[in-house]
Amino acid sequence: MAQDLTADQALFQFLLRMGDNTLILGHRVSEWCGHAPVLEEDIALANTALDLIGQTQMWLGLAAEVQGEEKSADDLAFLRDVWEFRNVLLVEVPNEDFGRTLMRQFLFDAWHSIQLGHLMTSSNARIAAIAAKTSKEVACHLERSADTVVGLGDGTEQSHDYMQAALDYPWPYVGEMFSSDAVDAAMVQAGIAPDPAALRGEYDALITRVLTEATLTLPESSFGHKGGRTGAMHTEHLGHLLTQMQWLQRAYPGASW
Amino acid sequence: MPAGYRKTLIRQIGQHAHSEIVGQLPEGNWITRAPTLERKAILLAKVQDEAGHGLYLYCAAETLGVSRDELTEKLLDGRMKYSSIFNYPTLNWADMGAVGWLVDGAAILNQVPLQRTSFGPYARAMVRVCKEESFHARQGFDVMRKMATGTPAQQKMAQDALNRLWFPALMMFGPSDAESTHSEQSMAWKIKMNSNDELRQKFVDQTVPQIEFLGLELPDAGIKWNEARGSYDYSDPDWSKFFDVIQGNGPCNVDRLAARNKAWKDGAWVRDGLLAHARKKAARKHAAE
Amino acid sequence: MKNEWPLWEVFIRGQHGLSHRHVGSLHAPDAEMAIKNARDVYTRRNEGVSIWVVEANNITASSPSNKGPLYEPAESKVYRHPTFFDIPDEVGAM
Repeated sequence: MAQDLTADQALFQFLLRMGDNTLILGHRVSEWCGHAPVLEEDIALANTALDLIGQTQMWLGLAAEVQGEEKSADDLAFLRDVWEFRNVLLVEVPNEDFGRTLMRQFLFDAWHSIQLGHLMTSSNARIAAIAAKTSKEVACHLERSADTVVGLGDGTEQSHDYMQAALDYPWPYVGEMFSSDAVDAAMVQAGIAPDPAALRGEYDALITRVLTEATLTLPESSFGHKGGRTGAMHTEHLGHLLTQMQWLQRAYPGASW
Repeated sequence: MPAGYRKTLIRQIGQHAHSEIVGQLPEGNWITRAPTLERKAILLAKVQDEAGHGLYLYCAAETLGVSRDELTEKLLDGRMKYSSIFNYPTLNWADMGAVGWLVDGAAILNQVPLQRTSFGPYARAMVRVCKEESFHARQGFDVMRKMATGTPAQQKMAQDALNRLWFPALMMFGPSDAESTHSEQSMAWKIKMNSNDELRQKFVDQTVPQIEFLGLELPDAGIKWNEARGSYDYSDPDWSKFFDVIQGNGPCNVDRLAARNKAWKDGAWVRDGLLAHARKKAARKHAAE
Repeated sequence: MKNEWPLWEVFIRGQHGLSHRHVGSLHAPDAEMAIKNARDVYTRRNEGVSIWVVEANNITASSPSNKGPLYEPAESKVYRHPTFFDIPDEVGAM
C-alpha cells in the first residue's frame, strides 16, 4: 500500500498522527480535572490538557483541509472509529494514578518537544507555524513533567516505588514513537518532517538524564508494542475512550453544539 | 479581631472554598463527553477556574490562622458544609448550560456584594472570582441558547435542565430571611451584604426574561409579573427538600464526598513525595554551601 | 498535617511596566515549584510577564493596632504634596 500513497495522502496521515496524539492525550489529562492530589496540580494538569486540545484543533484542522472532503477538525475527532486513529499507543493507556499519568506525560513530552523542534524548520510553512506556536507550550509541559518525575522518583520510598512502576508499565510503548514507515519516508523526502528513528538518540539522552536524577531504573527490555500510528492495532482502551468522547456526536447526528 | 467574627469568617470562607472544589464535580462529569473540541476546552477552562477560586478562598481563610489541610479534613469528614446545589446531578449536556447560566448566575448575585465585605483578604479574593465568574455565566447562556434553538432533542434537553435546576438555584440564596440562622449577625458585621430574599427576587427578575428569550417554558407555573411590586411573583421552593439535602440526603451527597475523599487519599503519596524531595534538595544545597 | 506544603505569596509584574504586585498565595513544596504553580494559577489570562514568590512566613508585617502612631504623623505634613503650593497660571506646567 505504501508506494501507492500520494503526497497529500501521506501528509494527511502525518497530520492525523500529530493531531490524534494531542487529542487522545489531552482527553486523558482532562479526566483529572477535579480529582488531582492538590489544587495546584489540578490547575496545572488542566492547563496541559487545554494546550493539547488547542493543538489538536490546529493539527486536525490542517488535516481536514489536506483531506479535502469538506470536513472539520471536529468531524475528524468525533466521527472516526478506532481503526482510523493514528495516535501512538502510549497516549491512550489509562491514567491509573498520578504517577503513571505524569510518567506518560514526560515520556511523550520529551518526544513531542524534540519533534516540534524539527518541525519548526519544516518545508511546509503551515506546519512550521504550528510547531513554532506549540513548541513553547510543550517546553512548559516538559519542564513540569520532568520536574515532577524527578520530585516523585527522588521523594519518599513510597513515591519512588510508585514511579518505578509508573515507568515499567508504559516503557514497552515508547519505541513506537521512533518507528518509521512509508509515510515517514515521504515526509522526510519532502522536507516536511524528520525521520522518527533519527530522534531516538536525542530522546534517550534526555530521558536518561531525567530518570537518573529521579533515581529510577530504565527497564532493560527493548520490546516495543506497535500499531497505533499505523492504525493496525490499538489497545482495547481506545474504544472506551472514544465511546465517551464521541457519545453526543454519535447519538445526535447532525446537531450543532 | 473579635473571636466570633473570626470564627464566622472561617466558616463562611471555608464553606465557600469547599463549594468551589466540590463544584468542580458536576461539571467535570461532562468534560470527557463535551460534543466539540471548543466546548471541551471552554468547559475545562471553566472547571479549572473553579479550582482556582477554591484556591484563592482557602488562601484568604489561611490569613485567619487556619491551614488549608485543616479545612480540607473538615470537609472530608463532614464537619464543614459546601453549597447544596452541587449535590444535584448533571444529566444531559444542557446542564452545562443551565449550571453556568443559573447556578453561576445566582452565585454572582451572592458574590458581587462580597467584593465590599469588611474582611480585606476575602474581598480581594472575591474581586478575582467575580471577574472570572462572568465568563462562566456567559458561556453557560451560550450553551443554553444553542440547545434551546437546536434540534427537538436538544430543546428537550434544555427544558429538562431548566426544570430540574430552577428550584435548586432559587434555594442557593438560602432560606427566607425570617428563618436564616446566621443572617442578622453577619449583616451587622458586613460579611453578608444583602438579605436572602432580596437577592432571590433579583435573580428571578433577571432570569425570567432570559427564559422567555430562549423560548423555553417557565419552570414554575407561579411565575407572574406583579405590576404593583414591579417584580415577578414566583413559587416558594419546597424547603423540606433543601433541608433533606443539607442533612446529607441529596441525590449526590455521598458520591461527591466520596470523590473528594478518594482524590485526597490517592494523592497523599504525591504530596508527601514532592515535599520530601524539596527537603532533600534543600539539605543537599545547604551541605554544598 | 505536618506534611502540608508551605504557603507562598505571589507577586506578578503585568504587561505595562508597573512594579510587581501581590496577587495572592498558593502552596508548593519549594520555591521553584511555587514559581511554576504561580504561572499556572495566576497567569491563566495573560496577567503577567514576571513572577516573584516568597514564603509567607518570611514576611514581616506591621501591626494593624499600630496604625495610628505609624501613619497619622504623615497626615500633618501637607507641605510634602505638590498641591500645597500655588503656582501662577502664567508660569506654565511644573
